[in-house]
Amino acid sequence: MTSPHEQKKRKVNGSVVVTANRLGDGAVVYRTVNNDWTTDLASAAVVAAPAAAVLLQSAEADSVRAVGPYIAPVEVAAGNRVLPGNLRERIRLAGPTFTLPGAA
Amino acid sequence: MYRYDELDQALVDQRVSEFRDQVSRRLSGELTEDEFKLLRLMNGVYLQLHAYMLRIAIPYGTLSSEQMRMLAHVARRYDRGYGHFTTRQNIQFNWIKLEEMPDTLADLAKVGMHAMQTSGNCVRNITTDQWAGVAADEIEDPRIWAEVLRQHSTMHPEFTFLPRKFKIAITAAAHDRAAVKVHDIGLRMLRNSAGELGFEVMVGGGLGRTPFIGKTIKPFLPTRDFLSYVEAILRTYNQYGRRDNIYKARIKILVHELGADKFAAEVENEWNTIKEGALALDPAVVADIAARFIYPNYERLEDNPAALARARKEDRAFAVWLDNSVSNHKQPGYAIVTLSLKPTGAPPGDATADQMDAIADLADRYSFGEIRVGHEQNLVLPNVAQRDLLELWQQLEAHELATPNVGLVSDIIACPGLDYCTLANARSIPVAQELTKRFGDHALAKTIGRLHINISGCINACGHHHVGHIGILGVEKNGEEFYQITLGGRADEGAKLGALLGPAVRYGEVADVVEDVVAAYVELRERPEELFVDTVKRIGVEPFKERVYATR
Ligand code: SF4
Repeated sequence: MTSPHEQKKRKVNGSVVVTANRLGDGAVVYRTVNNDWTTDLASAAVVAAPAAAVLLQSAEADSVRAVGPYIAPVEVAAGNRVLPGNLRERIRLAGPTFTLPGAA
Repeated sequence: MYRYDELDQALVDQRVSEFRDQVSRRLSGELTEDEFKLLRLMNGVYLQLHAYMLRIAIPYGTLSSEQMRMLAHVARRYDRGYGHFTTRQNIQFNWIKLEEMPDTLADLAKVGMHAMQTSGNCVRNITTDQWAGVAADEIEDPRIWAEVLRQHSTMHPEFTFLPRKFKIAITAAAHDRAAVKVHDIGLRMLRNSAGELGFEVMVGGGLGRTPFIGKTIKPFLPTRDFLSYVEAILRTYNQYGRRDNIYKARIKILVHELGADKFAAEVENEWNTIKEGALALDPAVVADIAARFIYPNYERLEDNPAALARARKEDRAFAVWLDNSVSNHKQPGYAIVTLSLKPTGAPPGDATADQMDAIADLADRYSFGEIRVGHEQNLVLPNVAQRDLLELWQQLEAHELATPNVGLVSDIIACPGLDYCTLANARSIPVAQELTKRFGDHALAKTIGRLHINISGCINACGHHHVGHIGILGVEKNGEEFYQITLGGRADEGAKLGALLGPAVRYGEVADVVEDVVAAYVELRERPEELFVDTVKRIGVEPFKERVYATR
């Protein structure tokens, strides 16, 4: 709901991930514990907000593979299922909220 | 159509090869994102929520069938099979890979298309009436003047790094279809009392965070001074525009802070130093540019042929479409046909690759190969013989391009919003989709009459919500989508900013509120011909507010 720029400034509490767009095609990616990127939110490194700065730093250093990393909130649901923490992040993960033209 | 010369083509080709090199250096890590971002934006490449977006200019909204086929090819080959026509006579593709961007641009360059000046702090794609050259109510083809400016401003060293982006619109008709009063410079062609051609010059219009209607600083500018005067405005802006604060950098803030009179005086001073110089327009140069616009070889035809009158009587649906989507042409026996890109339940302004191909074919068959793009996010076949209208309509129907809702309540202008845009607060497209369903019944829409709904997903106002008869603006409250609703805005010659109806409402309430507003209008209007905007003007927003919020 807020631009990445503003999200960076906003204090994020609870569980978070570091997310960015893949350089080559812009796809939404998440930072993993192995300092890699994945398109699968379930494989992302989920950390508590205070630890996120370290994760973000490592992501920022990796600017050739992904663009514009920032910290985004997630919800950890039953069975450790990781869900995006707000509408903007839900849309980034799942795509536009309507049927794309020609895809019906 | 306009024929580009070899110089233009060489420039476009050169830009593609430069950009190919820049992309490969970025992909290899040689360029950082900070270094690359400026370069990609200069080539119309944005990074959106899910992917890169490519914005391609359609100068003065004129497209050839060949160019439209290329857009279909790009949609299919590099994107997900569709494209989005914007409010600024551009097309955007939402899913192109950076790796494939140079190939995409190279393909587009084959048909003289490019993405230059679709981004950055330069003079952007100059827009004009989508009916230019064919409108029955125009003085002269405004594209000639748009082209004079385009040639002058393209890659102009002084105007490539202005304090902020700069948008110019031109109209030459009595009815303003180009929204010139909400542009940095708006130019309206007119004749003075001596019958000479010239322009009314307006500056400082614009929407976004701080909306203003443009102020007239020159009621009549002779055509010979067209270029020198615009240059003087740009120079004045370049000198005094606020580079220190992005929110105050547009010319509208300068005009507002200085006052229109003071600003006009500054322009006048600057102009006096250059008006007799190289920028004074030689009529031969203008004639040369005008000669590059090629007009169809029209047949001599009668208006309203008997077969058309018969078909109108026999087929009710055809008659409805004729009344709604077909307009008068300069040339007897011809018509201007608007293709609605707003079918019920669809994202406004989107066209699939198959539709683009079909439109290109229909343009070849019925419109001398020409297509136009309007700021309302619809397309136009500008040169259709009236005798072909029935056949054309049947084929448009088959491709879902004949929804008879042009200018009606379901002809909604909407920005991409939170479904695509990184800057968005809230979604626009699903709001529009829901509204088109609520007002999908043609009889209902016809009873309501002309009513423009404009939706923006944030204060940047790409959906021109301030000038919508009903404007809807997405805002955020505690992480939730809310929408402010304004009434009474308009973008035409009577341009006006809408007034706020009341507190913002939730996503799920927007369509209900709009229905309530419309129902109130139908009750409150003096007679069925009184347009929604005129009722709002007469009685203000209060009576609407009372009805809408009474039950909430
Ligand atoms: S108005 Fe805002 S949300 Fe809509 S396209 Fe423009 S920047 Fe994006």
